[in-house]
Amino acid sequence: MNKNIILYAGILIFGIVAPFIFPAFKVQLSILCILIILAITWNVQGGEMGYNTFGNILFYGLGMYLCASVQVGMFFPLAEWTEGGGEKTFVHTPAQFFQGFGVGLAVAAVVPAIIAGLIGYSILGLRGHYFAICTLGLGVAAGEISGGIEIIGAGQGFTTPPFPNVDRLEARGEFFYFCSFIVLIFTFLAVKAIYSTRFKLVLNAIRDNEDKAEAMGIQTMKYKIIGWMISAFFCGLAGGIMGGLVGYIDSTDVAFDGREMGVFMVLMAILGGKGTLWGPVIGATVFHIFKEGFWTFFLGWQYVALGVLIVVIVIYFPEGIMGWLREKYPERFGEVVDEADRKAQVQLK
Amino acid sequence: MDFLIFQVPMLTVQAVLDGLLLGILFALIAYGMALQWGVMNIINIAQGDLVILGGYIAYFMYLYGIHPAWGVIVSPIIMYFVGVIIYKLVINKVVDRDLFISILATFGISILFMQLMNFAFGADVVLANSGYGTTMLFDNSVTLPNSKIFSAFISIVFAIGLVIYMKKSKLGRAIRATAQNARAAKILGVDTEKVYAATFGINAALCGVAGALISITFTIHPYMGLPYTIRSFMIVIVAGLGNLPGVAMSGMGLGVFEEFADYILGTEFRIGSVFLLLVLILVYRRFKLSRKREYLK
Repeated sequence: MNKNIILYAGILIFGIVAPFIFPAFKVQLSILCILIILAITWNVQGGEMGYNTFGNILFYGLGMYLCASVQVGMFFPLAEWTEGGGEKTFVHTPAQFFQGFGVGLAVAAVVPAIIAGLIGYSILGLRGHYFAICTLGLGVAAGEISGGIEIIGAGQGFTTPPFPNVDRLEARGEFFYFCSFIVLIFTFLAVKAIYSTRFKLVLNAIRDNEDKAEAMGIQTMKYKIIGWMISAFFCGLAGGIMGGLVGYIDSTDVAFDGREMGVFMVLMAILGGKGTLWGPVIGATVFHIFKEGFWTFFLGWQYVALGVLIVVIVIYFPEGIMGWLREKYPERFGEVVDEADRKAQVQLK
Repeated sequence: MDFLIFQVPMLTVQAVLDGLLLGILFALIAYGMALQWGVMNIINIAQGDLVILGGYIAYFMYLYGIHPAWGVIVSPIIMYFVGVIIYKLVINKVVDRDLFISILATFGISILFMQLMNFAFGADVVLANSGYGTTMLFDNSVTLPNSKIFSAFISIVFAIGLVIYMKKSKLGRAIRATAQNARAAKILGVDTEKVYAATFGINAALCGVAGALISITFTIHPYMGLPYTIRSFMIVIVAGLGNLPGVAMSGMGLGVFEEFADYILGTEFRIGSVFLLLVLILVYRRFKLSRKREYLK
């Protein structure tokens, strides 16, 4: 237990100090936080509940658009803003900016969760690969449709309000970094708290055998919807922050980017280990370091590398890092291991 | 309502004819999807990218001065080997595993193909001009490009040919036996590994034919693959596995739906409406089955 407290304190201190030690990496660190949030939310859905989704990008993109629209719409006419050049004529004062961003984030979190609750009853009745393909369809449809809606910029994109002029040059990066870091801590603690309740056991029961769980008297649909709503809530938050950080929202390339973010979250959770608390965190960190470290060497071949990476991870490494560690050091995961039994197993292989 | 299609009733005929001809192409792709789903129990997200790759083969023949219609012969031959290579490298490791693994692995292949095609052929929207001209019907109020009629005809020829091949040939029988029960087929001396490779190859070859026809009739672009995958998935779940007339019917139905969506909602919502239709169909099936306390399997 003591070790854990030291670990958490270490991460917390590192998180607070990091942007001042590595000022050049502030944006990368913020993106890392967002990626970890997305991986954790995907894991609630795909890892614990066993409902592998490609569609959480829907809530991410929705949160992004909602946050930016609220931030603009609270003070200025939205249509004129997106029509082009609006961001030059209307200028947010610092107070307006932060107020709008705060309200926008709240909306960006709550509305996707409500939408998840509304569509959950219909969509979550599908199982296995039907659910996966259906959510894939949802994500792409959202991207295509939002690309045709005029008031949020249609095909030409939506410029989010520029950060207000405050005296410090570094303020923008620090603001978004701490936003994403605080949301990350909030997400992690919330998910950790959820994982220590009966709720997680129900989700695992649904993953392992939904028919039996239902036969045992669990109202699986209720739990599935709640699980999806939790996932959507944090996805929306992450999307809202990412929208402000990127500064420009495009329907298919930034918001509903199934080819990048939508795949990344699945990949990160699987790389780290599905169905563990720390797996997505480790997976996202490793993935982000790999991505940023090596992407530059590929120069345009990133997607080729990404495709190969997906295939390799899925085929050769489906248990992820945590699964591998668990197989190697089962004692550390609280499993009682009979030494003779383990040796016999090794020989069998 | 002031939609153009209601003001000019002849456009309805146009849309229906266009949709039917287009739908036959979709049905050909869906047939390949149903084949591999039924035999190997995998869902191939890279299906659409195989189609586009087949289209680029025909396009390149066109660039080098060969008539693109010959792509219908050349493209499936090349694509068969591409399919077998993909099978040997990736698919054979996911065949008897969780379906989600196959979805994710083929999603990776899809991203890989998209980007490789983008490098190799550029990001332009291209088409292979067949120079077939057009046919005018009903006092010149309905235009049908001959290339569309040609492509529908070729699709039907290939589909019928494949059905006969599956019925009569030794490999066809082995494929059907493996689909029914892979273990029993193995015991009776069918080399299932070979059958799987051949199935995936045949699927890729079908995609090659469809792609070549699409490059003649419509346009192709490296990133256009996913909608074809979704369309064929949709057709298969509506028709059911191993129901060939159903695949043809629902393919044509989808084609007509798309043409009408194009006219009524506008072209920018065309792809979106296809994806939404998929969601709606799945949800409809789910509610229908849930009355009997069942779910889609």
